[in-house]
Amino acid sequence: MGTHWLCCGGFFWSELAMDADTDGSGGPDESGRRRKVHGMLKLYYGLDEEGKISEKSQSLDPCDINGPHFDPELYLNKLRRECSLAELMDQETCMVKQIRSLDSDMQTLVYENYNKFISATDTIRKMKNDFKKMEDEMDCLSANMAAITDFSANISGTLQDQHAQITKLSAVHTLLRKLQFLFELPARLNKCLELKAYAQAVSFHRRARCVLQQYSHLPSFKGIQDDCHAIMDMLAQELRQRFRDGGTSAKDLSECVELLLQLDEPAEELCDKFLSHARSRLEADLQGLEAEIRPYPTAVKDASARRSSAGSPTDSSPKTSSLPSPTPNTDILEFIDRGCNEFVSSLCLVIASYQELFINHAQTGELASKNIPQMANRKLHVFVDDLAAQYFSLVERRIQEEKGVSDNSLLVRALDRFHRRLQAVSKLLPNSTVPNQGTEIVIRAATERVKQYLAALQSFYMDSLTDVRQALAAPRLSVAGGTGSGGGPHLGGGATSRDAPNSLPELLSILSASILNQIKSVLASVHLFTAKDITFSNKPYFKGEFCSQGVRESLVVNFIKFVCQSSRQFCESAGDKGGSTPPALLLLLSRLCLDFETSTISYILTLTDEQFLVQHHSPVTPVTILCTEAREAAQKLLNHYVKVQGLNISQMLRKSVETRDWVNTIEPRNVRAVMKRVVEDATSIDVQVGLLYEEGVRKAHSSDSSKRTFSVYSSSRQQVRYAASYTPSAPMDTNLLSNIHKLFSERIDIFSSVEFNKVSVMTGIIKISLKTFLECVRLRTFGRYGLQQIQVDCHYLQMYLWRFVSDENLVHFLLDEIVGSCAHRCLDPSPMEQSVIEVICERG
Amino acid sequence: MEDDAPVIYGLEFQARALTAQTAETDAIRFLVGTQSLKFDNQIHIIDFDDENNIINKNVLLHQAGEIWHIAASPANKAVLSTCYNKTNDSKVMSCAAVWQMPSGWETGSHESADDSAQNPQTLELLFDLDSGTQHSSSCVLWEPMGDGKRVISLADNQALLWDLQESPTKATVSSTATLEGKGQLKFTSGKWSPHHNCSQLATANDTAIRGWDLRTMSQIYCVENAHGQLVRDLDFNPNRQYYLASCGDDCKVKFWDVRNVQEPVKTLEEHSHWVWSVRYNQSHDQLVLTASSDSRLILSNMVSISSEPFGHMVDDEELSEGEDNPQEEKVKEPLKDSVVSTYEEHEDSVYAAEWSSADPWLFASLSYDGRLVINRVPRALKYRILL
Repeated sequence: MGTHWLCCGGFFWSELAMDADTDGSGGPDESGRRRKVHGMLKLYYGLDEEGKISEKSQSLDPCDINGPHFDPELYLNKLRRECSLAELMDQETCMVKQIRSLDSDMQTLVYENYNKFISATDTIRKMKNDFKKMEDEMDCLSANMAAITDFSANISGTLQDQHAQITKLSAVHTLLRKLQFLFELPARLNKCLELKAYAQAVSFHRRARCVLQQYSHLPSFKGIQDDCHAIMDMLAQELRQRFRDGGTSAKDLSECVELLLQLDEPAEELCDKFLSHARSRLEADLQGLEAEIRPYPTAVKDASARRSSAGSPTDSSPKTSSLPSPTPNTDILEFIDRGCNEFVSSLCLVIASYQELFINHAQTGELASKNIPQMANRKLHVFVDDLAAQYFSLVERRIQEEKGVSDNSLLVRALDRFHRRLQAVSKLLPNSTVPNQGTEIVIRAATERVKQYLAALQSFYMDSLTDVRQALAAPRLSVAGGTGSGGGPHLGGGATSRDAPNSLPELLSILSASILNQIKSVLASVHLFTAKDITFSNKPYFKGEFCSQGVRESLVVNFIKFVCQSSRQFCESAGDKGGSTPPALLLLLSRLCLDFETSTISYILTLTDEQFLVQHHSPVTPVTILCTEAREAAQKLLNHYVKVQGLNISQMLRKSVETRDWVNTIEPRNVRAVMKRVVEDATSIDVQVGLLYEEGVRKAHSSDSSKRTFSVYSSSRQQVRYAASYTPSAPMDTNLLSNIHKLFSERIDIFSSVEFNKVSVMTGIIKISLKTFLECVRLRTFGRYGLQQIQVDCHYLQMYLWRFVSDENLVHFLLDEIVGSCAHRCLDPSPMEQSVIEVICERG
Repeated sequence: MEDDAPVIYGLEFQARALTAQTAETDAIRFLVGTQSLKFDNQIHIIDFDDENNIINKNVLLHQAGEIWHIAASPANKAVLSTCYNKTNDSKVMSCAAVWQMPSGWETGSHESADDSAQNPQTLELLFDLDSGTQHSSSCVLWEPMGDGKRVISLADNQALLWDLQESPTKATVSSTATLEGKGQLKFTSGKWSPHHNCSQLATANDTAIRGWDLRTMSQIYCVENAHGQLVRDLDFNPNRQYYLASCGDDCKVKFWDVRNVQEPVKTLEEHSHWVWSVRYNQSHDQLVLTASSDSRLILSNMVSISSEPFGHMVDDEELSEGEDNPQEEKVKEPLKDSVVSTYEEHEDSVYAAEWSSADPWLFASLSYDGRLVINRVPRALKYRILL
């Protein structure tokens, strides 16, 4: 009993606390006190904040005065043990104070609980009285409702008959109205016909048609039906006439077709008619276009005049052809514009209205079941393909006439417009092949253009070569012309040729710059094909193949190859006949090819790749191959240059040796003129090569190369030895000395490849010349003075040629050989004093 | 198996003239003429013992002058012709003569090979090929495979056909062909065609090659600008009558079909200096030997323009028999024109090269320093051609 009460008390208490919290008017102090009290009580009952009994908070300490296991005896003992007397006294007073406050709190709570009980009892008593009253009122309401139901049933019973009658009457009325409509139908139709309200008529007729059909066995209905038929036939006739005339607006036309379709006119026939009508108009457009392509075109400046006459092509074409106009072809943009404006737009119009009439419209109506859309679609496709083919062939013819490469933007814009306008067709006819064909035409035109550009580049290159040739042939550039003699030809030659306005380096830079510019401008022109604002530039072809195969491979790479090959041809064609190509041109081209190899090719290709964002789907020619090719061409040209120049000098030497009687010659007094000429030529070649090629490396010179003496001692010693050891030959080498000498000197390849520098080139030329000299000397017989002359000549060559070559020992060796061979071929080998030779040579 | 090493023979004098002894078909024998202005010139008769790789030589004196060209009679082993320079009172004359070897040259040679003291015998002059006018002969051509009774000498701008029939010591000019034209024209070399019943002659002057009909002594064809520079030598394909090889100062060897003289059939550019001599192998015309002043000798295998362009036809039977032989495999490969070998034994310009008349696989080459080198066709190639 006690615990229960306590529980109840707890309940009320917590409710109270909530009240206090909600009203919140109790002030901070009061609410704080209450909470404290609440907290202590809670503590007493072992409740935690959530009102649950918390196991944790239950202290097992028997000395905890607030714990449930509190043992007073233990607590007391503990206090007594632990605390002093004063502390015990304090503890006691404190505890008494606490007990007192707890007691007063408990009393307040009990009182409050009691009060609430009393008020609750009062409320329950009052409710009991109220419910009794309400029960009575509900009874009264149900009685009333029953009475109302009875009345309602009564009323509906009485009205039943009248309602049925009214329904019947209304049905009859409707039928009568329908009959009246039918009877009036012929008249109405006639009226409509008069007013040309065809749509109205057709809709009337459609409404009546089924009924008439159904009751056609009744004579009166039959009559009406016949009348209607007659009228409708007339109407159909009228409509067909309108349709045929075709002069009406598109809207009228479509209405016409729509009505005809509703009148069960065969759709196929209508399609054919519609299309053939459209065809005649479109073909007129095409003829107008064709007239512009004709060789001596009948370009009428006033295009609108033609357009007006385009409706009747039969009389327009003879008229225009009889007016041979002096003006040239209209440009392609104008042509395409016209094609687009006239042909393509009217084609689109035709397609749109056709689809509207026969396909979209029919799909919604009951006609769809008759497969009309499919049939109509088929016809449309055939029609469009046919006309588009005609149009395309015209466009292609026109594009092919576009040969000049001056302004590519016009063509590109024309093609763009052409392509763009075809997109309209593709929107209208999603499955049509027309746009694809159009794209193909664009692609063909683009590839054709690329080819034309290649041809233009090639002819440009050949033209520039011709220019260079002419510049070289101009007398002021004749580097070989007498540029002074003796010691100072070096500077003199250089100065004259540098003063010339068309010096070799200038020509080279002009040539390569113009080639580069031309390539750039061509690339820029071709780049128009892939510009962002051009509709066809995002086609896969123009993104991929056109860039890599078209531009990069067939334009740029082919051009570079062409340059290399045409350069090579200079070597081959001129090889046997000799001298048809000026040597300077060979040198220039060689340098050009070398420049191509070192920089230009990679520059051009990088430029191309950057401009065209080439994605290499297919394998493309790598830069290295082109570079190798260019280098080979450069090498070949330079070798050929060396050969030609060497040959020129060789010829002089050979003639000079062959035409002289060396046995009966006079004592040498000076160097033969031909040797001076050789040195002069070598100097001018040196200058010429130096203009384009770097110096190159040469072996260190001995201190006084020109002073080096070379004599016939070795050979004369050989002679002595021959005489001494003259025996019938044994199978062994007797010519030991010279052979040992040769063993240690490297074999000299006379016509070998040269390096790309001046020294190597000069070495090659001098090698060829001296070897020729040697071979010629060996074919002759010399007298005493002949030998001495050769000595003088060789010394002179020695003095001037060493400076040109990479290894002066080579010149020494060859000149030694010449003098040695000459001594061999001499009837009276008594060499000249070295000092005398020097004096003669110094004298020049 | 290794190819046999080349055999080298040195002469004391410089030499340009080399020929195989054409009439000799048993022994491998070459004739070399020396060039010396101060000493008596010699003709070295060089016998090569193939089995022992030994050279035997005999020396005959040619006292008339230095020898520029030598040719052996196709009929008589003992007869040969030379073109030589004679110096007289500081005047140089080019002459041509036919010589007879002294009868005893062969007998005395073998035992006295190492006896250096023995004096060489002297050639006996049969007759001079001297037409009376001042001409300098450049070469003498014997009628190929003839009886040694007809000889052509090329002198300056004339081709003289000599008849030796009448008497053994007298030659008479039977007909002459003269090259007409501007300037001083001079035949540099020539070749008597073995075809057409030996009625054709080809000559070279400057850059042109001309063909002559010996019956009428008139020009029958002319290859203008056959070479970029001087044409040095000619040779006829022994099996294909219209094919002609030429070489020259443009370092090229060209092969011509004389029926179409516009373009050469084939051009070789292997040498790095003038090519002085070109020789077809007489048995296997795909083998072509070229000598050049770049000190090299090159043996080329020109299958595509030879008389056997598809190689030796091989029977299936033969193939199956030789299957275990690895060399047999090479037979099946398609044959291509190629340089077989480059011989670098010479250290001076090589002016002459000749095939042996006895052994078709052997050839000699002569460089200016007097070095004669005897080489063989590489065995691999030899077997490929034969099998």
